[in-house]
Amino acid sequence: MSDPYPASGGATATAAPPSGANGDYYLPVGLPMPAPSPEGLGAEFWDAVKRHELLVQRCNACQAFQWGPEYVCNECHSFDLGYARVSGRGRIFSWERAWYPVHPALKDALPYIVVLVELPDAGNVRMVGNLLGDRRQEVVIGAEVEAVFEDHNDGKVPYTLVQWRRTG
Amino acid sequence: MTERSIRGKTAIAGIGETRYYKRGAAPDPEFKLTLEAIMLAAEDAGIDVREIDGLASFSNDRNDPPRIASALGMKHIGFSNMFWGGGGGGGSGAVANAAAAVAAGYCDVAVAYRGLAQGQFGRFGQGPQMAAAPGGMAFTAPYGLMSPAQSFAMRVQRFMHDNGVEQDALKAVALASYHHAQKNPRAVMHGRPLSAEDYDNSRWIVEPFHLFDCCQENDGAAAIIITSAERARDLKHKPAYILGAAQGSDYRQAATAHNAPDYGTSNFKTLAPRLYAMAGVGPEDVDVLQSYENFTGGVMMSIVEHGFCKPEETNDFFTIENFSAPSGKLPLNTSGGNLAECYMHGLELITEAVKQLRGTSPNQLENVHVSMVTSGPMVQPVSNLILCSEPHA
Repeated sequence: MSDPYPASGGATATAAPPSGANGDYYLPVGLPMPAPSPEGLGAEFWDAVKRHELLVQRCNACQAFQWGPEYVCNECHSFDLGYARVSGRGRIFSWERAWYPVHPALKDALPYIVVLVELPDAGNVRMVGNLLGDRRQEVVIGAEVEAVFEDHNDGKVPYTLVQWRRTG
Repeated sequence: MTERSIRGKTAIAGIGETRYYKRGAAPDPEFKLTLEAIMLAAEDAGIDVREIDGLASFSNDRNDPPRIASALGMKHIGFSNMFWGGGGGGGSGAVANAAAAVAAGYCDVAVAYRGLAQGQFGRFGQGPQMAAAPGGMAFTAPYGLMSPAQSFAMRVQRFMHDNGVEQDALKAVALASYHHAQKNPRAVMHGRPLSAEDYDNSRWIVEPFHLFDCCQENDGAAAIIITSAERARDLKHKPAYILGAAQGSDYRQAATAHNAPDYGTSNFKTLAPRLYAMAGVGPEDVDVLQSYENFTGGVMMSIVEHGFCKPEETNDFFTIENFSAPSGKLPLNTSGGNLAECYMHGLELITEAVKQLRGTSPNQLENVHVSMVTSGPMVQPVSNLILCSEPHA
């Protein structure tokens, strides 16, 4: 059977292991879980990360990547969109360290780091996640990171988040 | 072909503001505050409030024009309008939409208004408490990225990285607002001065924003009366002519999951040239600037993108001396603004721009000719406005 999500050029399979046992999450349980739009946009992505595959939307007509998912290709206006599997290797494009609990679940998890990661093998689209490791670490724009799949299997509906850790 | 422009065709003839309160401290419901502000603005203009026939607001204001018009007995509604988008992106835009409606003949006397009693509704600084975050929110909320401060901090961080900007640049914006508020008895932070040390020692909300880089949350209402230039000349106050206005957004700025191609931006790069072209002035002609502070970093990028300094000059240009009335190079947020007067979603910045032209600001400059406002950096869409003491520069 052919691979339904062809890898973009030169990509390797995502090799990062899960982050740990149930409950070993970067941020505490209680934050909203990710869900597709009510019409289903994004469902393929969230299904794939549960299999530890990282997908990015890609236009079948012009091969342009785009993120987040949309109904039309912003480059060529084709509605024929699919997903490509990408390596999960990226670079930190920007970051922030949050010190204020914007949600009750976060009050004992401060500070925490949010990173914006650009993916060179996916047209430099960006993904948001947390930077694993020391919460007070120096964060360097341009530093190399890789995706880590954080499985949440202890709720009614299992889901997986895409987190990032330094490789360089 | 005739020029397609509203330059000089309309003017702000009246301004009205309730007392401004800390969040939750207003004794009256939001709708009542809104009515009060509109009545005060009409009275300030010397126009019977029943004569208002155009209403414009922004940021999904809860106080809708038909209810307002019915409550106040307005004879008819000729124009009612909502500027899309959240935050303060539509402050100047609501005034400009009202002005365009007057110029186009939809109405004769328009009011741009904002009623905002945050204590009576949800807080902006808290994330949604829901089981699941659908669609675009799925890519941010599960990672603890939920509040406006968090949504904009990474844009500012990237701009600072690209241009070698130091934290002191953000500090200068905060200090200017608090400095000006000390001479403004209406300011919620009047009597609460802020020192550079206070800023440095304040807690982080989200790096690179300290507490004092973030706007307040308040209760109150403000309103602005716009009418034709001809009519404004015969009213109580010296008209504040609307010389130019622009609104909108740059290329794919609302792409989800923080994928705007140009990321470290206030979203004014395509608006600023259109504003100056309509007004027929440049940044060197601007006497005083009110620049919307949701967060100081947004002010920083707004000022740069409107051409007051180059990105690489940010550290040198952003000083409390340059931003202080009356003698700074670019007096900034001279009422105290969103940070220290009141977070009336930036409509209070426009009333202050008018006061500078009338000569009634708490931090009055001499001989103000061109008074400018920028509304809502980093959101989509945003807007801006140039007011002038004459119908032409």
